[in-house]
Amino acid sequence: MSILDADFMRLAFATGAVVGLLAPAVGFFLVQRRMSLIGDGIGHAAFAGVAAGYLLGVSPVATALVASIAAAVGIEWLRSRGGTAGDQALALVFYTGIAAGVVLVSAAGALNANLFAFLFGSILTVTKSDLALVASLGVAGLALVVILYRGLVAVSLDPEGARVSGLPVAFLNVVLAGLAGVTIAVSMRVVGILLIAALMVLPVIAAGRIAWSIRSTFVLAMGIGLLSVLAGLTVSYYADLAPGGAIVLLAAAVTMGAIGVQAARS
Amino acid sequence: MQLAASLRAVSFAYPGGPAVLSDVDLDVRSGEFVGIAGPNGGGKTTLVRVALGLERPQTGQALLYGQPAHRFTQRVRLGYLAQRTMLGIDAPVSVAELVAAGRVPRRGLARPFGSADRGAVESAIERVGLADRADAPIQRLSGGQQQRAYIAKALAGEPDLLVLDEPTAGVDADAQESFAALLEQLHAELGATILYVSHEFGAVERYVERLILVRGGITFDGSPSELPSPWHDPSHVHP
Repeated sequence: MSILDADFMRLAFATGAVVGLLAPAVGFFLVQRRMSLIGDGIGHAAFAGVAAGYLLGVSPVATALVASIAAAVGIEWLRSRGGTAGDQALALVFYTGIAAGVVLVSAAGALNANLFAFLFGSILTVTKSDLALVASLGVAGLALVVILYRGLVAVSLDPEGARVSGLPVAFLNVVLAGLAGVTIAVSMRVVGILLIAALMVLPVIAAGRIAWSIRSTFVLAMGIGLLSVLAGLTVSYYADLAPGGAIVLLAAAVTMGAIGVQAARS
Repeated sequence: MQLAASLRAVSFAYPGGPAVLSDVDLDVRSGEFVGIAGPNGGGKTTLVRVALGLERPQTGQALLYGQPAHRFTQRVRLGYLAQRTMLGIDAPVSVAELVAAGRVPRRGLARPFGSADRGAVESAIERVGLADRADAPIQRLSGGQQQRAYIAKALAGEPDLLVLDEPTAGVDADAQESFAALLEQLHAELGATILYVSHEFGAVERYVERLILVRGGITFDGSPSELPSPWHDPSHVHP
């Protein structure tokens, strides 16, 4: 039996492909701004969102989406307007998210297998409606990144010069934060809240070691993200491993390989 | 002649700190090539940041082309190379990509580049003499070449007012001289207003039309030839 004969694997590959492209595309700009760990902070707020969903009896993905975007925009606000250093803003949201999650989970009595599916990913249980949500939000996110690509690059390269010349730097920062929140929310089912930041960061680090320009780094990162997801799913299917962990381990292996290639060149 | 930038009785202090600028008046006319010099900590960078609307003075007013600087509505007319500008990103960046980033404000945030934009980027790269390095990662260029690439980035937006804050810091004397000559050439060809900030004005004093010395206020404003001779000595302690 072929790996694609099973419905659940076709759904997993389709969902994974969207996330494999979206996560590095958004993560690219976060890594360049030395905000690689923001995904972890937002992920923990997403955990609180999932728990809130169980408590309120509504879709955990929807509440996680709201919590992720709120956390991402909150970090950006604390960093830019609140007079808080970036790592401190991240720490505040990180710990508030995990603490709120623990409280809400206990209040909802939701410490069960469904919750673990969000924490560690459960791409093999993705439904067609899950895929529709991931695909629509993912494609919209990718389209926004492509449309704003030059502006996001300009602000990443030289924020002050961009501000002087009239680019809406604060607006672009909020859009990027919002995109990070959306990416976390739609990627939870693929690699899980605890590992999603890896898929936003590792492919970008790997691409930066072997690319020769911003554009080639961006495209290679998306390629490595997609490859990691598809190969990780395949390996997990045949070796009966946890898909989320397999995907991230493959991305980590590619990153270490790229670092080795760079070291060998220099 | 139209004024590009004006400061009217401007005083400024950073929160909790002493006054950096006190009662400064300054008019920069369109098309002037002005050197701004003075000791480190004298307020040169603060002066240009106030002039550009990046900082609000506690008293007085900063104007850009007649509008309050902090609410200036035609910012695409400005090009700025900040002090110690470094690449904000870790990824390899080609010269062409860096310069293209300077064109984005002129083109608009979400509009794709047209032929005029690509032409402006190519022209800016040629003007600074980096046409043969356009695809090279900027991280592999010398310090002097990197500064030229940053100037090309500012030029790609076709600014009317170009502000360069210590653009040659960390660059050797030959590269500084060559850089100053390039700016003079660009000023002659483009007619843009240029404010060039440097604590070592020796490299530019032969090229600028007007020299302003800043130390908490303006201590000299005139032609470089009018500058008292001891001040030409780089070791001279400015009053």
